[in-house]
Amino acid sequence: MTAPPDDCLARNEWICGDYLSSRRTILWDAVLQHLHLTFLAILLALLIAVPLALAARRWNWAVGPVLGITTILYTIPSLAMFSLLLPLYGLAASLVVAGLVLYSLTLLVRNILAGLRAVPEETRQAARGMGYGPVRLLLTVELPLALPAAMAGLRIATVSAVSLVTIGAIVGYGGLGNLIYAGMNTFFKAQVLTASVLCVIIAVAADLLLLGLQRLLTPWARERRA
Amino acid sequence: MNTLAAAWSWLTSASNWSGSGGVWNRLGEHLFLTVVCLVISCAIALPVALVLGHLGRGGALAVNISNAGRAVPTFAVLVLLLLTPIGTHGQWPTIIALVLFAIPPLLTNAYVGMRGVDRDVVQAARGMGMTGGQLLRRVEVPLALPLILTGVRIAAVQLVATATIAALVGGGGLGRIITAGFNLADTPQVVAGAVLVAVFALLVEGVFELVRLLGPRWVRGGG
Repeated sequence: MTAPPDDCLARNEWICGDYLSSRRTILWDAVLQHLHLTFLAILLALLIAVPLALAARRWNWAVGPVLGITTILYTIPSLAMFSLLLPLYGLAASLVVAGLVLYSLTLLVRNILAGLRAVPEETRQAARGMGYGPVRLLLTVELPLALPAAMAGLRIATVSAVSLVTIGAIVGYGGLGNLIYAGMNTFFKAQVLTASVLCVIIAVAADLLLLGLQRLLTPWARERRA
Repeated sequence: MNTLAAAWSWLTSASNWSGSGGVWNRLGEHLFLTVVCLVISCAIALPVALVLGHLGRGGALAVNISNAGRAVPTFAVLVLLLLTPIGTHGQWPTIIALVLFAIPPLLTNAYVGMRGVDRDVVQAARGMGMTGGQLLRRVEVPLALPLILTGVRIAAVQLVATATIAALVGGGGLGRIITAGFNLADTPQVVAGAVLVAVFALLVEGVFELVRLLGPRWVRGGG
């Protein structure tokens, strides 16, 4: 009988290089699932939030219901939200995506609407005076001017979504949350810490990426600051 | 919609409400966790935020702590605490995690509220010979109160949500009904538990909204 190996895995240490090298594929798969779920949710939320915000701006009566419903959705705790969607989606990745979309909606709609409302009326008038139609006005004047506020919402929504994906572990689609969940049941310290740190890294990286994108898309803001 | 009917019959069956795993008991645990942690986190965060706001220092800290709170998954912190030596001490990992996540909104809102107090008013108070302490208690805090209360409301709702997740790591509260339902593959119970949690969260939000609406004008702000 051979003695059990005396490495950091056997000693169940928090920080363990052997864990990183021996579980590389598992970690990579979890990161990919995490990114996939987040990206899909944010993309869908954007596709729904922009028309909602535009509708709320176009028709005044729509503001109350749109903001009210999205706020109520945001108040529902994440675990309950995923659970409420269970009869609709079953134990599937789409459940996690749907839950995250509902969460992101509040932040996105609020911020896009605030950005659109902050466009100065004189700017709108000037564009109209130059013969801009409503579509061209929206696409080339209003949306670019609303971008900073919208991007602020998008950054918060993305960071929150990265962190909320972990709760998806309850239905087996939690990205790195799956590893945290499994690590909890087996008291596997290295796995829990590594997955948690990776989660934070993904959130920070996504935030920085979006900040860079915002700088790229709004060169005028940069020039003003310089 | 069979599941909804089954969830309804779960909710209306008296046997699910009594006993140690019953709804009343879980609701009590959830309420207890929320209130205790709200009191602890207010006791920690508000004095710090008020003093920092009064002195006008540490603004970067107050804002960044809020961003950090969003980036760190609640679930990860709960599990990490469970695996530390604290984890063997009953509810303590849950309480610590809950307090950690309630502090950022309290700190940020109270700080922003304090800094938002009209500088002219502060100057006038100083000119009347108020000391720093008097200025803080009698001018700045009353004027910052609407935002401080907003922070408390956000923290309370956050606490309800985090307490629910605590059920995943064996903590008490209404979340246990959901996790038990998942373990039993009992979808109606999962839905019933989720409805209870959602209603509880909305009620907490509603109570704060009511306080805001019925409170004196200086609590409502704007006015």
